[in-house]
Amino acid sequence: MKDNLCTVDFPTTCGSRILGRWISPYDATVVARLRRAGAIVIGKTNLDEFAMGSSTENSAFGPTRNPWDPSRVPGGSSGGSAAAVAASFVPLALGSDTGGSIRQPAGFCGVVGLKPTYGRVSRYGLVAFASSLDQVGPLAATVADAALLLGVIAGGDPRDSTSVEAPVPDYTQSLTGTVRGLRIGLAREAFGEGLDSTVRDAVMAASRVLEAHGAEVMEVSLPTIAYALPTYYLLATSEASTNLARYDGVRYGLRAAAPDLYAMYTRTRRDGFGAEVKRRIMLGTYALSAGYYEGFFLKAQRVRTLVRSDFARAFEQVDLVLMPTSPTVPFRLGEKVEDPLQMYLADVYTIPVNLAGLPGISVPCGLAGGLPIGLQLIGRPFDEETVLRAAHAYEQATEWHRRRPPLDGAGDETARQGGGRR
Amino acid sequence: MSALRAGVEFEVVIGLEIHVQLLTSSKMFCACPTTFGAPPNTQVCPVCLGLPGSLPVLNGRAVDLGVRTAVALNCTVHPQSRFHRKNYYYPDLPKNYQVTQYQYLVHPPLATGGWMEIAAGGRRRRIGIRRVHLEEDTGRLVHPGHGRYSLVDYNRSGVPLMEIVTDPDLRAPQEARTFLARLRAVLQAIGVSTGRMEEGSLRVDANVSLRRFGEALGTRTEVKNMNSLRSVERALLFEVARQRQVLTAGGAVEQETRHWDEDRGVTFASRSKEEAQDYRYFPEPDLVPLVVPRTAAEAAAMGVTAVKAVEEVREDLPELPEQRRQRYLRDFGLSEYDADLVTSSASMAAFFEETVRRFPQPKTVSNWLVGDVTAYLNAEGRELEDLPVTPDHLAELLRLIEAGTVSGRTAKELLPEILASGARPGDLVRARGLAQISDREALQAVVEEVVREYPAPVADVRAGKTQAMTFLVGQVMKKTRGRANPEMVTALLREHLRSP
Repeated sequence: MKDNLCTVDFPTTCGSRILGRWISPYDATVVARLRRAGAIVIGKTNLDEFAMGSSTENSAFGPTRNPWDPSRVPGGSSGGSAAAVAASFVPLALGSDTGGSIRQPAGFCGVVGLKPTYGRVSRYGLVAFASSLDQVGPLAATVADAALLLGVIAGGDPRDSTSVEAPVPDYTQSLTGTVRGLRIGLAREAFGEGLDSTVRDAVMAASRVLEAHGAEVMEVSLPTIAYALPTYYLLATSEASTNLARYDGVRYGLRAAAPDLYAMYTRTRRDGFGAEVKRRIMLGTYALSAGYYEGFFLKAQRVRTLVRSDFARAFEQVDLVLMPTSPTVPFRLGEKVEDPLQMYLADVYTIPVNLAGLPGISVPCGLAGGLPIGLQLIGRPFDEETVLRAAHAYEQATEWHRRRPPLDGAGDETARQGGGRR
Repeated sequence: MSALRAGVEFEVVIGLEIHVQLLTSSKMFCACPTTFGAPPNTQVCPVCLGLPGSLPVLNGRAVDLGVRTAVALNCTVHPQSRFHRKNYYYPDLPKNYQVTQYQYLVHPPLATGGWMEIAAGGRRRRIGIRRVHLEEDTGRLVHPGHGRYSLVDYNRSGVPLMEIVTDPDLRAPQEARTFLARLRAVLQAIGVSTGRMEEGSLRVDANVSLRRFGEALGTRTEVKNMNSLRSVERALLFEVARQRQVLTAGGAVEQETRHWDEDRGVTFASRSKEEAQDYRYFPEPDLVPLVVPRTAAEAAAMGVTAVKAVEEVREDLPELPEQRRQRYLRDFGLSEYDADLVTSSASMAAFFEETVRRFPQPKTVSNWLVGDVTAYLNAEGRELEDLPVTPDHLAELLRLIEAGTVSGRTAKELLPEILASGARPGDLVRARGLAQISDREALQAVVEEVVREYPAPVADVRAGKTQAMTFLVGQVMKKTRGRANPEMVTALLREHLRSP
């Protein structure tokens, strides 16, 4: 369990000092549903503090490393969950995805990661980063495992008003092994500047595999996704700035010694939050401030609507949109820590999907220099079935999901059969 | 002279913001109970404590009560409204934001644009209702630590509140009080609130300003901390006088929040001058837009089940004070003034009707309620429903008068005791030997005595000077310690003086 999901039997830290050793008095809905289905929660996984980051370096408990190359990041913010699955510690893990935090680490770690449609899975007990974007989803070694896990956690929850009471299909039934007749759109704008050629090649190759198996692949245009990144960093930080206001030392977690209330607030938050969290709280506070609200928050809301309509238009022509999960392969620890903007660009292809509230999956589609590459498939709202079906068909047609990281030191691209793993 | 002139030069402008605790059994966004007075922090859960990961779920009953109020106050209920976060740090606010409904053009509050009629300045006037919206209450700080520490009780955190904001249509402190009494009667009649100001279930903030007639609105102050209708009126009277003095002396009123000090009878500016707070309102992403269907058919079409349709609510509304007032005018023949006062609270109206059922003389009953009973309540600062007295008591007292057992005067003297203790009027009269002397022979003796003792007034009466008659009756009353039946005494005296 990513450590921003509340559990009664482990502390929930969110990778932050500010929560101290806080133990939730309740299980998140997804945790409760899994336990009821017989799952065993063996521990909590590392994350960027409050899920803010793309490398799992922003954790008060230290970074997580990529099992494929310990000098590199596993992606983030669900880096702990992705690494745990990649390293075969667990067959299944849960992550949360606000701007790519399941898909991007899944891509970096060579595993499957699915962000469900906003509202498909309950957020109750997921410690909020940006409420209108957050969604819990599975990380797994295979698409079939991800489908099984999604089936358990999906469905409306009376405790989450934004969850949707739509029937939950048996997702394993959608794994037909074929993409015949599916129309798949390559998002033109996602293959331009900033995309590593190795990633481009792998993703284009994947599109040809799908085509060879009967899918109809065509180009689609999503012109406004160019604005998705700044839009996201206004909306997500605005929501975060108030979601994180409750960590003030009054009721739980860290409380700094101070002579008066105001000093306690400021010292607790100074000592409790890391640099990235502080940066985002300040950014969001600014965007919501009188005089800036219209120019920033409201404008970003309007752009969000445009991004959504771009996707809606695309889905009039195609059943799925295809693009890379991330523009690069996993980068080195420390490489982007000093340059937040470069770090933010790691999510440039995943963020639009959150803004539009759509389901998206990342499946392994290649290795470059021994480092995994992720293929992203995006579906219509609540059409996780088609997303899973295409991802599964692709997986069956290729060997990438069978590659495991060289944890035994036996070399780079050790291929191990799934045997005891499932 | 100049003070008088100043008095007519300024027009008083008052607008009210009223917070109402809604009579729901559970909180606004969770299932915790709302019972008043439970031990601290025993009515809390992850949601109203704002624990990490918790999410709000709107209480449909609170929405129904809000819609009830909006309909009763002639407002337009918006088919879709939103909740917002109001961001500020305070220990009684567990999330450090309050979920409320802020007025954006794109996101209206629950309801806007209504009115309520009151009797003011000898005519009936409509006071505009700017808006009705829903929000959650905060917890409560207690300070037992002599400044070293404070404690927080979150039992009240998340209790459903409704805010009613009036237009600046009130023109005098008395009008503000009349309006509030009327509003409270409406809220009680529709079962939305207990209306108990002393328990905080009805909280009033008043915006007051003065302006020269015909000019733009003056700078206003916001007066807080008034915990009864009477203190609202007193605080406003003080504040109006204070502002008038400032303006008359050529000064300027400062825009500020002022607190009413009940004991000293003054308003004072809050010590810490608040800087202009930026609450950074924005739509609450954890809640979906609040949809209130217009009709049941619309609700069915939209699949809305948690919230009642506006028209359903309208049909369910009980008799409102205004309808009741009309009925009293029509069926009981009460005067405008009496009908207004008797319907001024739900408890008063119920008391009136119950008493009339037992003593079917509506005008007499309303005279007593509007007169002596109201005077007693005002003097004691209490509400009728807080007293041990029942309609049975008043009916019994009125029957004693009607039967001639006690005089009206004796009854008036007994009333405060009956109201305070709930003693039966008949028992009191017996125990105190206050029964009126209606025994002809007993009175005859006293009358003869008085006639003997006061020959001059007797002569005056015989000479046609009727004032002297009053004097003689008075002497009889005196000798009987007020217990003589005055009508009988007058009759006996007349008989006596006619036959020398």
